[in-house]
Amino acid sequence: MNTSRQIGSKVLYFLLTLLALLVIYAPIAWLFLASISTRADLLATPPRWIPEHPTLKNYLDILVPGTAVSEVARTFKITLGNSLLVALTTTVISLVIGSLAAYALARLRLPFRNAVFFGVLSVRMIPEISLVIPLYIIAARLSILNKPIVLILTYLSFALPFTIWMLTTFFETVPEELEDAALIDGSSRLNTLFRVVIPVAAPGIISTALFTFLLAWDEFFFALIFTSTVAAKTVPVAIAEFTGRYAVDITAMMTGGILAALPPVLLALIFQRFIVSGLSAGAVKG
Amino acid sequence: MRAVSRLVFVVVLLALVVMSAAGCASPQQASGPKVVKVLAMQQAGPTPEEMNAIVAKFNQSSPNVKVEIEYVSYDALHDKIVTAMATNPPSYDVVLVDDIWYAEFVKNGYLWDVTDKIDQNTKQEVFSTAWDITSVNGRIYGMPWLLDQKYFYYNTEILEKAGVDVPQTWEDLIEASRKIKEMGLVEYPIVWSWAQAEAAICDFVALLYGNGGTFVDSNGNPAFNNEKGVQVVEWMVKTVDEGLSNPASISYVEEDVRNVFSQGKAAFALNWLYMYDLAALNPDESQVVGKVGLGLVPAFKGSGVPSATINGSMGFSVIDKSPNREEAWEYVKFLTSEPIQKEYSAHLLPVWSGNYEGQALEELKSLNESNPVTVPAFSAQIVYAHVRPKVPFYPEFSKALQLALQEALTKQKSPAQALNDAAAKWNELATK
Amino acid sequence: MSIPAVKPNAMTLTQQRLRDGFWLILPGLLVIFGITLFPIIYTFVLSFTETPISNPAPQGFVGFRNYLYFLSNPVFWAAIRRTLYFTVVSVGAELILGMGLALLIHARPFGWQFLRTSLIIPWAIPTIVNGAMWRWIYNADYGALNGLLYQLGIIDRYRAWLSEPVTAMNLVIVADIWHSVPFIALILQAALATIPRELEEAAAVDGANVWQRFWKIRFPLLQPAILVALVIRTVEAFRVFDIIYVITQGGPAFGTVTISYLTYLESFSYGRLGGGAALSFLISAFTLIMALLYIRLLYREDLR
Repeated sequence: MNTSRQIGSKVLYFLLTLLALLVIYAPIAWLFLASISTRADLLATPPRWIPEHPTLKNYLDILVPGTAVSEVARTFKITLGNSLLVALTTTVISLVIGSLAAYALARLRLPFRNAVFFGVLSVRMIPEISLVIPLYIIAARLSILNKPIVLILTYLSFALPFTIWMLTTFFETVPEELEDAALIDGSSRLNTLFRVVIPVAAPGIISTALFTFLLAWDEFFFALIFTSTVAAKTVPVAIAEFTGRYAVDITAMMTGGILAALPPVLLALIFQRFIVSGLSAGAVKG
Repeated sequence: MRAVSRLVFVVVLLALVVMSAAGCASPQQASGPKVVKVLAMQQAGPTPEEMNAIVAKFNQSSPNVKVEIEYVSYDALHDKIVTAMATNPPSYDVVLVDDIWYAEFVKNGYLWDVTDKIDQNTKQEVFSTAWDITSVNGRIYGMPWLLDQKYFYYNTEILEKAGVDVPQTWEDLIEASRKIKEMGLVEYPIVWSWAQAEAAICDFVALLYGNGGTFVDSNGNPAFNNEKGVQVVEWMVKTVDEGLSNPASISYVEEDVRNVFSQGKAAFALNWLYMYDLAALNPDESQVVGKVGLGLVPAFKGSGVPSATINGSMGFSVIDKSPNREEAWEYVKFLTSEPIQKEYSAHLLPVWSGNYEGQALEELKSLNESNPVTVPAFSAQIVYAHVRPKVPFYPEFSKALQLALQEALTKQKSPAQALNDAAAKWNELATK
Repeated sequence: MSIPAVKPNAMTLTQQRLRDGFWLILPGLLVIFGITLFPIIYTFVLSFTETPISNPAPQGFVGFRNYLYFLSNPVFWAAIRRTLYFTVVSVGAELILGMGLALLIHARPFGWQFLRTSLIIPWAIPTIVNGAMWRWIYNADYGALNGLLYQLGIIDRYRAWLSEPVTAMNLVIVADIWHSVPFIALILQAALATIPRELEEAAAVDGANVWQRFWKIRFPLLQPAILVALVIRTVEAFRVFDIIYVITQGGPAFGTVTISYLTYLESFSYGRLGGGAALSFLISAFTLIMALLYIRLLYREDLR
């Protein structure tokens, strides 16, 4: 009785997993097909689920030097590099500074905790559209327009509040007893943070890192206004440029979307190895 | 609590430091050759490589000017210009300006008045409809550069199967569409760009002037909501109700129109020139290659006009606060000069009327595969092209008119009511 | 960053804690407010003026007129209604689906690791591509949605999905949900992973069924993570702009004009920086109210 129920729930869970994968991958598959189709194929009715004339032209244009037909495709790779630089720097700085603040908020029972919490989040509640002009004026005065630093600084202003919020939450789930033991052993606060709290909260920290990375990776409006050449242009801006005055190079845009999704997915795969080891480290200590 | 107050103190101090640093840093002084920074658009006219070649030619006569061109997408162009104007000196010396932004930019004082810098010859040789683009209140603020208008496209194969001639009037077109629909050749014979975007205004203007109407009367008051305009919107709604116009037109912009037309799912469409190349000649983009006809945009019977369309062009202008106005203007003049325009006309039709006559015309037509069709179509249509009103509040009014058209099309308001509401908005904005 | 040495005998433990806390939080606050304080104050000042975008130095003080103008304007309230609808439906659906996915992954069915990795993908597709992709899928004449439904026999003729205001809004929401569910799912999954398995196993031994185990053990421990996911997604959803701009441009008939879209029109298209600034602070006020409501709902007692 019990075992048949267990098998039943296992089958149910597996079917749900399949359903979830289908919902995730159906649009992705379509996106990929679009990236290797000609527009004529893409426009066919009834839809051709398999393109008649598949072509890797879009990928070759972007990835293989010398074959590029348009300036946009040629610069796409450079903008990928810019995006990586900006997003990684933003993520690392946010995690370091954010984990210090989050630890204090989670553990030290500070009287001004709520004020800090909402103070930092309120920064994100104002639409960036309204902050663009004053930020542009400052950036122009500091002569940092069209440099990666202007994006890193502005992205930090909204990435940090979120790392602080999320890390605080994850630190709070770490049992306090673990830490108390370390503190009694004479370990300093910073030491405890890095030796005990961070390893145990690793899954949350990895998620936070991914979140911060993608937040910076996806940002569009600041990048559009603050950058203008390949010196600092990011991927979303480059993708937007597949839009002409009227014509939209939809297959190139879809290719750009697939390529832009690859680095975060690869990073996630690498990070997930750390999640597993992070967990076991915590378990040993516990 | 002392910690809190100290915290606030430090934060405020830091903000002050940042602000004062921002205030003290002096703008960098340019040394050596004068730099002219140009903001242009991707995928319009010459390729970036050709633009660089033009700069190289320009430097032969003006070696001391360094031209730097930046490209953005059309969607970003307006916001980039507006933001760049927040600093002094502005980040650009030359910008590409769309027809509908001229009045707004002139009112904001962005653009340099170049009326007195244009010689009589240039004034006469460039199409007068092109000057409409860059002129505001009789003053000229730039050189016309990218000339475009909406054309009438038809699918020759469908017309042949239905046994109908190319429609000369909108009434002909309705009749032909009924026949095409009855024969089941396509479900919806006409496709439009009536989405909540500038595209809808463009189609409306073509129809309005084709019905003998005008946007504003001679006193500059709204006239689009008189009986001519109401007839047009009623006609629009009726063609959707009858299943002649594609109901998805309400969410379509120009690119959707191209996709539907290139797929052979529409017999008729209005669109800009860019569609010809892609739909008629490019098998990767289109399933109707070789079946695309280009004709004069029809007008309504009894309107007294043979054709009417919308003029949607762009010009290059010099920024008023630019420290290098003279050099910037030299570059703009060079870029739009007759020899350069002629040399690069494979990707951009010249603004000089002389290019459309005699030997020059033959040369122009032989430049590429599409020009034999598009160049004559251009010359025939441009005389019937109408610009949208040059008022500084145009962007806001345009949104109101887009809303009005959509409210009529989705039956939330009657055509008369919707247009009157848009006219009321005009009056409100005009008296502000 | 070093924490100053503390002489235990000179300070009480509370003082020491406060001092540590101060120095730990300071760098974060310095970065956040160092960058944003000036723009926020600037925008706040602008909101009481009729400053045009052509000359963005604050000028033309008008008191609360901008705020009163919007608060008495039906276009504003219609945009607020649509934004609330968007926020409630998309965040609600995301929370339910995200929780389901997190629990599913936590149950470790066959293929759970693959599912967890796959979740990153929708989230990693840039918003503008996501919007363009769904716009194409929804297209009336050549979109995959019509093609699929027609081939499956669910619809008998192609439909113009985006030509109808309410349908258009719902379809934009679907596109947003697809893009954002992974965020909530991964946060909750990470939070679940930090719950000691022994706790659950003990409960299972005690004979608690699946529902009881969820509500009695997991839910209370997940509450902070749910709250943080809800607050973050709500703040995001309330400012939704990009995806609407790409899919519908606010159409049809303003049916998808949200409050951020209105702010964009006001500031950039209409050139009224003052009005746009006032709208921004109204948005912030609404968002703050919603964030506080969540805390009331999820934490009966005050935040510690």
